[in-house]
Amino acid sequence: MAETLTHIGRTEPRPAGLQGIAADWSSDQRAFKNVSWGKAMMWIFLLSDTFIFGCFLLSYMTARISTRVPWPNPSEVFALRIGGSDIPLILIAIMTFVLISSSGTMAMAVNFGYRRDRRKTAILMLLTAALGATFVGMQAFEWTKLITEGVRPWGNPWGAAQFGSSFFMITGFHGTHVTIGVIFLIIVARKVWRGDFDTGRRGFFTSRTGRYENVEIMGLYWHFVDLVWVFIFAFFYLW
Amino acid sequence: MVDITPADGIPPAEVAEMELYHPHSWWTKYVFSQDAKVIAIQYSATATGIGLVALVLSWLMRLQLGFPGTFDFITPEAYYQFITMHGMIMVIYLLTALFLGGFGNYLIPLMVGARDMVFPYVNMLSYWIYLLAVLVLVSSFFAPGGPTGAGWTLYPPQAIMSGTPGGQDWGIILMLSSLILFIIGFTMGGLNYVVTVLQGRTRGMTLMRLPLTVWGIFTATVMALLAFPALFVACVMMLFDRALGTSFFMPAISEMGEQLQHGGGSPILFQHLFWFFGHPEVYIVALPAFGIVSDLISTHARKNIFGYRMMVWAIVGIGALSFVVWAHHMYVSGMHPYFGFFFATTTLIIAIPTAIKVYNWVLTLWRGDIHLTIPMLFALAFIVTFVNGGLTGLFLGNVVVDVPLSDTMFVVAHFHMVMGVAPILVVFGAIYHWYPKVTGRMLNETLGRFHFWATFLGAYLIFFPMHYLGLMGVPRRYNELTDMTVMTESAHHLNSFISIMAFIVGFAQIVFLFNLIWSIRHGREAGGNPWRATTLEWQTPQTPPAHGNFGKDLPIVYRWAYDYSVPGAKEDFIPQNVPGSFGPSKEPA
Repeated sequence: MAETLTHIGRTEPRPAGLQGIAADWSSDQRAFKNVSWGKAMMWIFLLSDTFIFGCFLLSYMTARISTRVPWPNPSEVFALRIGGSDIPLILIAIMTFVLISSSGTMAMAVNFGYRRDRRKTAILMLLTAALGATFVGMQAFEWTKLITEGVRPWGNPWGAAQFGSSFFMITGFHGTHVTIGVIFLIIVARKVWRGDFDTGRRGFFTSRTGRYENVEIMGLYWHFVDLVWVFIFAFFYLW
Repeated sequence: MVDITPADGIPPAEVAEMELYHPHSWWTKYVFSQDAKVIAIQYSATATGIGLVALVLSWLMRLQLGFPGTFDFITPEAYYQFITMHGMIMVIYLLTALFLGGFGNYLIPLMVGARDMVFPYVNMLSYWIYLLAVLVLVSSFFAPGGPTGAGWTLYPPQAIMSGTPGGQDWGIILMLSSLILFIIGFTMGGLNYVVTVLQGRTRGMTLMRLPLTVWGIFTATVMALLAFPALFVACVMMLFDRALGTSFFMPAISEMGEQLQHGGGSPILFQHLFWFFGHPEVYIVALPAFGIVSDLISTHARKNIFGYRMMVWAIVGIGALSFVVWAHHMYVSGMHPYFGFFFATTTLIIAIPTAIKVYNWVLTLWRGDIHLTIPMLFALAFIVTFVNGGLTGLFLGNVVVDVPLSDTMFVVAHFHMVMGVAPILVVFGAIYHWYPKVTGRMLNETLGRFHFWATFLGAYLIFFPMHYLGLMGVPRRYNELTDMTVMTESAHHLNSFISIMAFIVGFAQIVFLFNLIWSIRHGREAGGNPWRATTLEWQTPQTPPAHGNFGKDLPIVYRWAYDYSVPGAKEDFIPQNVPGSFGPSKEPA
C-alpha cells in the first residue's frame, strides 16, 4: 500500500483521493521527492516565463483581432523568392527544423552526460549551441529582409502597424532567450569538457560544485525555448 | 498521540547538507553577502529608505489638499508626480520588497530549518538588482521633466503623452525601466523562497507543520512569480510605445490639435495586463501579513492557532481566487455586463476564505492568555483595520455600487485601509516581534507604545473621514477643490484635519526609526527566546543567529508550530524541535 510520511516517526497509509494528494505534497522535507533544488528552481522559473510569453502572445492576439486595418498575410510576407517562385514560410520552416533538431541533440547530450561520457556530451552541447546560433542567425536574416522591405515597429507597407511591433517584440524576446541559452550551453559544455563535474571544481561566481544534472537543467531551459517557438510559429506565422 | 522518542523512526535527511559560502572579507560578509539574513536586512533598509521618500511625498500631497493655494511650489504637475511616486513606491518598492525580500529572506530559512536559501548567490543578485531598480526610480526625480505623473496605474494613453508630467520626458521611461528591473530582481529572490520552502525543509517539517508566516510568504511569492509577468509585458510594451513609436496601447489620438503618429492600439489591453498583476499584488502584500499576524496572535495569546488547516487552505484559496477578479478594477472602463457580473461574483467569493481567517483569529484569541505586548497590539489593530477595509470592499466589489463611488476618495480610503494601513500595522508588529532575534535586544517599550497608539488612532483619523468625503463625491487625484461649489464647507475642513493628522502620524514614524537605531545599543538584552515562542527561529544556538543558522546539526521537528499551553507540559509552550509527548496537543493528525 502506498505510504506517505506525515509526521516524524509516523509513516501512515496514504489517505484516498484529494487528501492523499495533499498529504503527498506536504510530506516531510521535500514536496517533490528526488528532485534537486536546481531542477525545481528551473521548473518554477519556466512556469513564470510561460506567463511572460503567454502575456506577449495574448496581447498580440488581442491586437490582431481588434485591429480595423487589414493584417498583412504572413504567407506572403514571410515568403522567400527561390528559383523564380515565392515559397511561403520556407525560411521559417528551416528555422523551426533547426531549432527542433537542436532539442534532439540536447536530449542526447543529457543522456551522455549521465553516462559520464564527457567528450560526447560536450560535443553534443556545442552542436546544440551551434544550431541555436544558426537559428538566431537566420532570424537576423529575416529581420534584415523585413526591415529592407520597410517593416518598422511603428508601421509597415501592408497593413496594421501592430504587425511589425508584435513581430519584432515577440521574436526578439524569443531570440534573446535563444541567445542566452547558447551562451549558457557553451559555459556548461566547457565545464563538462574540463571535467568540473567529476573533479568537484567550484563555480567562479557561486563557489559551488556542479553535477552532471546541470546538463539536464540546461536542457529543460532549451526544450522550453523550443516549445515556445512552436507556439510563436503557430500563432504568428500559421494564423 | 503516539509517544515518539528521538531514537525511533526519524527519517534520514533526504538532501546532503548544503555547502555554505564562507565570506573571506568584510565586503563579502556585510556588503556582497550571500547570507539570507544579511540580504534581508539590506532589503529592509533599502525598502524603508525609499518608503520614507514616499512618506514625505504623501505629506506634500496633504499640504496641497489640506491648504490649497498656500504652497506655490506644489503645482498641479508636481502634485501628480507626488501621487504617482507615492503609490508606486509604497505598493511595490516598500511593501512587496519588505514582506518578501525582507521578512521572506530572514524568516523562511530560519523557520523551515534550513541553513540558508537554496541558491545564496542568486539571492544576493536579487538584492542588488532591486537596489538598482530603486536607484533608477530615484533618478527620475532628478531627470529633466521630473518623475512621471501618470498615476500609479500608469494608464495609457495619457501616461506617455506630453500633457502628463514625464510623459514625453524621462519620467515614464525611468519608471518602466525600474519596474522591469524590479521584476527581474524579484524573480531571482522569489524562485529561492519557493524552492527553499518546497525542497529545503529540515527533517520533520512537513508543509502542514510550517508556521503560517511561511505559508503566507510562500503563497504570496508563488503569486508574484505568476502575476509579475503581466506587469513585465505591459511595461515592455509601453516602453516600446513611448520609445519606438509602436501602438500597442495607443489608439488614434490627437494632442494639441495635432494627430499623433499612433493608431490602432488598445488602452484597455494595458488595463487588463496591469490589473492581472495589480489585483494579485494586493494579496501579495496581504498574505504575508495574514501569515505573520496568525503567528503573532498565537504566540502572544499563548494559544494554538484555531483551525490551522483551514487557515492554510484559506491562504491558498485566496491566492488562487485573486487571479480571477482583476477586472473589478475596470468596472468603469466599459465591459460587457456579464463580465461585470462574473467579476463581481468572484470578488465577493473571496470574502468567504477571508472571513474564515478573521473568525479563526478571533477564535484563537477567545479565552486565550492574551499578553498586550506591542506586537499583539499591532496584531489586534490589524484585525480591526482589515475588517473595516474589507467591508468597504464589499461596496466596491458590486458593480452598481462601485460605479458612483469609483474615482472618489471612498476608493482611496478603502485601499489605504485594507492594503496600506493593515499590512503596515503587521510590518510594525512583526518588527517589534522579531527585532530581538535580529539584534539580540528588545525595542524600547515606552516609545513602542507611543508609536502604536499614534499610528493606530492617527491612521483612523486620516482615513475614516475619507470615506465620508468619497460619499459626498469628492474625486480622487484632484489637486484642489477650491472652485468646486458642490463641495460643502465641511469637506474643506475635513481635508485640513486629515492633513494635520497625516503630519502627526508621519512624525510618529520618526520616533519608531529612532527606536530602531537607539535600541541596537541601548535596548534591554533579549535572550534567545524572549516571547517564549515555539517556532525554530527562536531555538537557534546564537542570537542573532550565526552564519548557517543552526550550529552543527540542523534541528529535527517533532510537532507543529502551535503547541502553546498544552495541558501537562512544564511550560506553556513546546518548541517545535522538542521531542516527546506531553499532553493532548491540538495538532491536526
